[in-house]
Amino acid sequence: MMLGKLDWSAIPFDEPIPLVAAAIVLVGLLGVLGWVTSKRYWPYLWHEWITSVDHKRIGIMYIMLALLMLIRGFVDAIMMRTQQSMAVGGAQGYLNPDHYDQIFSAHGTIMIFFGAMPFVIGLMNFVLPLQLGVRDVAFPTLNSVSFWLTAAGALLVNVSLVIGEFARTGWLPYAPLSETTYSPGVGVDYYLWAIQISGVGTLMSGINLVTTILKMRAPGMSYLRMPMFCWTSLGSNMLIVAAFPILTATLAMLTLDRYMGFHFFTNEAGGNMMMFVNLIWAWGHPEVYILILPAFGIFSEVFSTFSGKPLFGYRSMVAATLFIVVVSFLVWLHHFFTMGAGADVNAAFGIATSVIAVGTGVKIYNWLFTMYGGRVRFPTPMLWSLAFMITFVIGGMTGVLLAVPPADFMLHNSMFLVAHFHNVIIGGVVFGAFAGYTFWFPKAFGFQLDEKWGHIAFWPSLIGFVLTFGALYVVGLDGMTRRLQHIEVDEWVPWLHVALVGVGFMMLGVAAQVVQLVVSIRDRERLKDVTGDPWDGRSLEWSTSSPPPFFNFAVLPQVHGEEAYWGIKQRAIEEQRLGPEPEYEAIEMPRNSPTGIITAFFATLIGFALIWHIWWLAAVGFIGAYATFVVFAWREEEEFDVPAEEVARVDRARRAARQSWLAERGETPA
Amino acid sequence: MYKVQARPRRRIACAALSVLALMGCSPASILAPEGPVTAANRTILLNALTIMLAIVIPTIIATIAFAWWFRAGNPRAKYRPDFVYSGRIEMIVWSIPILVILFLGGVIWVGSHDLDPRRPIPSAMPPLEVQVVSLDWKWLFIYPREGIATVNMLVLPVGRPVHFRLTSGSVMNTFFIPRLGSMIYTMNRMETELNLRADRPAIMYGQSAHFSGDGFSDMNFGVRSVPVGEFNGWVSGTRGKGAVLDSRGYADLARQSLDVPARAYGAVQPRLFEAIVTQKLKPAPGPEQGRGGDPHVSHDPPERK
Amino acid sequence: MSSSPAHPAELSASHNPRDPYALGRGHGGHGAAATGHGEGGPASKRVIVSYGFWIYLLSDIVMFSAFFAAYAVLAGETAGGPRGRDIFGLGRVAIETMLLLLSSFTCGLGSIAAEKKDMRATQLWLLVTGLLGFAFLVIEVQEFAELIEQGAGPQRSAFLSSFFALVGLHGLHVGVGLLWLGTMMAQIAVKGFKPNIRRRLLCFNLFWHALDIIWVGVFSIVYLLGSGL
Repeated sequence: MMLGKLDWSAIPFDEPIPLVAAAIVLVGLLGVLGWVTSKRYWPYLWHEWITSVDHKRIGIMYIMLALLMLIRGFVDAIMMRTQQSMAVGGAQGYLNPDHYDQIFSAHGTIMIFFGAMPFVIGLMNFVLPLQLGVRDVAFPTLNSVSFWLTAAGALLVNVSLVIGEFARTGWLPYAPLSETTYSPGVGVDYYLWAIQISGVGTLMSGINLVTTILKMRAPGMSYLRMPMFCWTSLGSNMLIVAAFPILTATLAMLTLDRYMGFHFFTNEAGGNMMMFVNLIWAWGHPEVYILILPAFGIFSEVFSTFSGKPLFGYRSMVAATLFIVVVSFLVWLHHFFTMGAGADVNAAFGIATSVIAVGTGVKIYNWLFTMYGGRVRFPTPMLWSLAFMITFVIGGMTGVLLAVPPADFMLHNSMFLVAHFHNVIIGGVVFGAFAGYTFWFPKAFGFQLDEKWGHIAFWPSLIGFVLTFGALYVVGLDGMTRRLQHIEVDEWVPWLHVALVGVGFMMLGVAAQVVQLVVSIRDRERLKDVTGDPWDGRSLEWSTSSPPPFFNFAVLPQVHGEEAYWGIKQRAIEEQRLGPEPEYEAIEMPRNSPTGIITAFFATLIGFALIWHIWWLAAVGFIGAYATFVVFAWREEEEFDVPAEEVARVDRARRAARQSWLAERGETPA
Repeated sequence: MYKVQARPRRRIACAALSVLALMGCSPASILAPEGPVTAANRTILLNALTIMLAIVIPTIIATIAFAWWFRAGNPRAKYRPDFVYSGRIEMIVWSIPILVILFLGGVIWVGSHDLDPRRPIPSAMPPLEVQVVSLDWKWLFIYPREGIATVNMLVLPVGRPVHFRLTSGSVMNTFFIPRLGSMIYTMNRMETELNLRADRPAIMYGQSAHFSGDGFSDMNFGVRSVPVGEFNGWVSGTRGKGAVLDSRGYADLARQSLDVPARAYGAVQPRLFEAIVTQKLKPAPGPEQGRGGDPHVSHDPPERK
Repeated sequence: MSSSPAHPAELSASHNPRDPYALGRGHGGHGAAATGHGEGGPASKRVIVSYGFWIYLLSDIVMFSAFFAAYAVLAGETAGGPRGRDIFGLGRVAIETMLLLLSSFTCGLGSIAAEKKDMRATQLWLLVTGLLGFAFLVIEVQEFAELIEQGAGPQRSAFLSSFFALVGLHGLHVGVGLLWLGTMMAQIAVKGFKPNIRRRLLCFNLFWHALDIIWVGVFSIVYLLGSGL
């Protein structure tokens, strides 16, 4: 068998929805490829993006992947809400269970692993070196490999739409349902290899960013001078390093069960399914904080910037962040209070869980007092942040409710739980990511996003979010459990309709975000960020131009206190001039490398081959990956020099823009 | 399907929901208890909610108020860019959540012990023993002392505690009757315990609260709590009639099937539940084959009875 | 600090706290003095690379911990099959341990030779390290093959699944290490002791020693405790 288990039966000719969706995607993809070819953009794309090891480019590509996947996951969400609104009163809706189960599994998997994760990792990638005042991350080529492996995982999940099937087990493949006995198809295998491949990328990215933050900072930037976003990113990446290996191990055990007949989690021969649940949540709970911590950092930057004040209680915030990092590893059992552990165990984990709320509560109050005595402006990032504050305290509250074991005995796995985690993940992570996206967009591209369309996108998103998950809270209290393909209790139906209306509003919000991007690109001259400091920023990323030169800083800034750039700027305003021109030196920068995309190519081959049991192809993939590795290790020149004149030319342009801004400002004193 | 007669007391009980909804509670509402366990769980839920709302609501109001008052265009608001630290505020900021959590910690500790699913419900009457087996995709209930069994229907005597022993014949599920009390996982080769009591005659909705595969949505069952006399009548009316549930019958039942109608067995092979827990009766075989590779793939849903 | 008239270059030196765009010490990647703790800017490449590799090793140890945990949970789940004391031969494991510890020692000798840029000694010690590691792997594969032949393969019971996975994962690491070692020996032969290659050698040393530490865990928890059960 040349193709293992793969044959024509793998294509779902009997299911029009995935086929049509795939056809649309394929046409779109071919259109884009054709456009790129006809415009002869390939060399540009290859040299400037695909093989780039520049942390800013990689960060942007992460976010582009995340936005695409958020839309894919949102389409799944629309289908789920529609199905649950239709399949009532004996009707079966338009998705049979087989298809519906794939959709909610794909929704969770895509949103967490390929939507939220790349979004926050992309933002961290883009922002961290700029805020730390350095020129790149610790391991630039590894960074590129990380990104492309994440993209490979996303690709595999999307291939499952048309070739074979995706998992029908939920976003966490609980055993023994996910064992070959009960899930003999390739769905779980797609899940396993997609997550393993992208998980390796995430782990390497975590290692990379921890090293960057701890070992690469501008001179003078001690730990307690780092911007808050750097602190929360440090926390998040430490959690990645400590938690993702557990995920890798757990999924490897399930893989051994499925491929080689091991008995880690099977019903038979002494396997232990409760171990799967424990292990997966030992990763899964820290994962929640991996996502939310960078968002907390973004909110800190946004509140401080748009209140015109330093962050209130900075040291308290640092302490709260580290507190959350530690405690997040001690609470995993609250995901299964209903598994029959003793009262002592349940109570201990319940209390530990609510203790995390202390750290979060401290943060909320510190943001509150950051606004106190400030001059608060309300551009789009600030709107997302305020919406976060208001909705997140509710999500936090319902989270603590679920941490009370007797309450959880009634609410576990209910729509109340679904509403809770969407409340915190959308209200926290997604709002945070959108705030960060609008906040740093001008830094990335040199022009701002259109504010009017930003506001238009914000309101329906917020209204839809409140409607949808408000309704799901209520229907959860009314006893509805999650993942139902059809509904047999009539009293639930009105709430599901409300939730559907909410999704409609969110669709408007998504559409407005797309329009915002298009309008902003069209009007980029009007929205141009000339100085590199469009928001009156406070940290070092705003001291360089927008977009920053690929070497970020012509000379590494010398940091003398918290809010490194704010001090520099105030002195410049005071003295009506910039500091003296520094002596420019040649800069050594890492060379571009196709290692990332080639590795990802072979990783995709390996994954696809293993899913379909095409062993020879897997071997080819492994040999190819090894060869790539050797070629990369063998290259002679890892870096190239940017001559001092070039550095000077770039930096003088930036200084001129700043100087004219100062002059303008001086004429109209503030 | 599960219509519940609205009664004054229950209408008050689900006031929280009704005010929002302007409609009745579902037969699965956790806010409309039919027994002491749901009632106690609900009390803890509402208490914890009240405790937290006491700080959540002021926080939300303060957020809006601060943002509005300190807006850049407000000339009356004092700009204090140096207000970045205050020991007093820091202390309050840390102590409010800590105090709330201390308080809540007490609620959690006491509640977890009082409402431990394993804890028997005090009563003069001996508990009714019911053994629960989750299968693909239906529920099997065995009344070992009465020697009968049912599928997808559960009949309980009012006022008498019920002691459930639960396991699974295939994958994980969660046994949950929202109006009666706590939920608990069912797992193959393992046994969990649950104690509940119905206080009133009612028709309730029972369901699986953990996804278990394609037939999951049909894994609900009707629960009837009836007066003791009626219960005894039902038992004697069921016993000895209809099919016998023995090993072979169980093997048939364990095969995957969808939307299984309620039925009763007039006799049960002794120690059937123990045989399932100890795997003397093998775990269920699962489906034939999924999409991908097998030339004999069937896309038809499993047998619908 | 200096009170002498300001030279343009000195104006931009780091001493003037009022100068916003003062030069840092170097541009990163060179200053051996920089610790990366915020005093002198980014740490040197050697520090960054070994630091990053340490973090990788920590994550690897977390992964092993998960397999150790699984083994601890499943050690009693023999499903009527053989128990630890029925299948573990301590003599063989003692030889394996000896080989691995010895290889760590020779690996250290190799890196000392590399510090001295002694090509022949480096290659010799690395070769010995590789051969010892290979011998270890051969014995392990032999053990696995015998067990499978006796019907005590990983499919037999959850206990054996977790045993094969844990020990096999360590073996896989040794195997990958051998591939890495071979590649690196070729690289040293062709390219000599360039700084980047010496950094890699340093990382390999860390990796190989970490495998030793993990093996000590496997040896004591799986084999020593297991043969007593």
